[in-house]
Amino acid sequence: MDHIAEDVRLDNYLRLQFPSRSENESLARVAVASFVAALDPTMEELTELKTAVSEAVTNAIIHGYQEGDGEVTVECALFEHTVRVVIEDHGVGIPDIEMAKQPMYTSRPELERSGMGMTIMETFVDSLEIVSEVGEGTRVTLVKTFRTAPDVM
Amino acid sequence: MPVETRYEQGVLVIGLKGELDHHAVEQIRDRIEQQLEEHGYRGLVMSFRNIDFMDSSGLGLILGRYRTVMEHGGKMALCEVSAPLRRLFEMSGLLKILPVYESEEAAMAAILGA
Repeated sequence: MDHIAEDVRLDNYLRLQFPSRSENESLARVAVASFVAALDPTMEELTELKTAVSEAVTNAIIHGYQEGDGEVTVECALFEHTVRVVIEDHGVGIPDIEMAKQPMYTSRPELERSGMGMTIMETFVDSLEIVSEVGEGTRVTLVKTFRTAPDVM
Repeated sequence: MPVETRYEQGVLVIGLKGELDHHAVEQIRDRIEQQLEEHGYRGLVMSFRNIDFMDSSGLGLILGRYRTVMEHGGKMALCEVSAPLRRLFEMSGLLKILPVYESEEAAMAAILGA
């Protein structure tokens, strides 16, 4: 399931807001991992989600705010076996999303960025949506369904 | 600093620890570069045994050191890579340019040409 139907019941949610400082990258992914623990994901699924969140938050900090001051928000919501994580910044925005998605492309080679962040996000979640406006900011939506064993009746 | 370094037979062995994200990598990179500058090394081994988490920032760290070592005319190898890390290495094409070994000893031996 890649998209969440409007009529699916929202089970739980979490909203984080923090300054765009690199030490908050681990805080964000650990918070999201704790939040989804209720869905009993496998270690592999959890690692995939944490990695995707880490990529999106890092992008907000080093690309969105160019390592300057700003605020990043992370919103998580659970819908049955699915989690949706929205990472948002009000930074510079992405002029060309298709180019940014190209494997090995980076706008900051001087920072030794590998250019693999978007590819990793696309691979590790079921759905990746990026909405960006130059000068306004970027919103990244990650959706992942955990293939938990069916409940015992 | 979460890095253990050892210099043996001209090979610098870096034992990475903890989480390799953008925040951690910025400091670790300078530390490794400093170590490389201090030694007239012939090779670099990076061990991932104690890495609990890594994202694309770690890939940047490895590729950056690969560049340094190649410019110096040295050899480089990776070792003790867990399944999640190996997946990232595969995805990025890193395995095409860098060998990965089971143990530090095997990586050392490969660099020393034993």
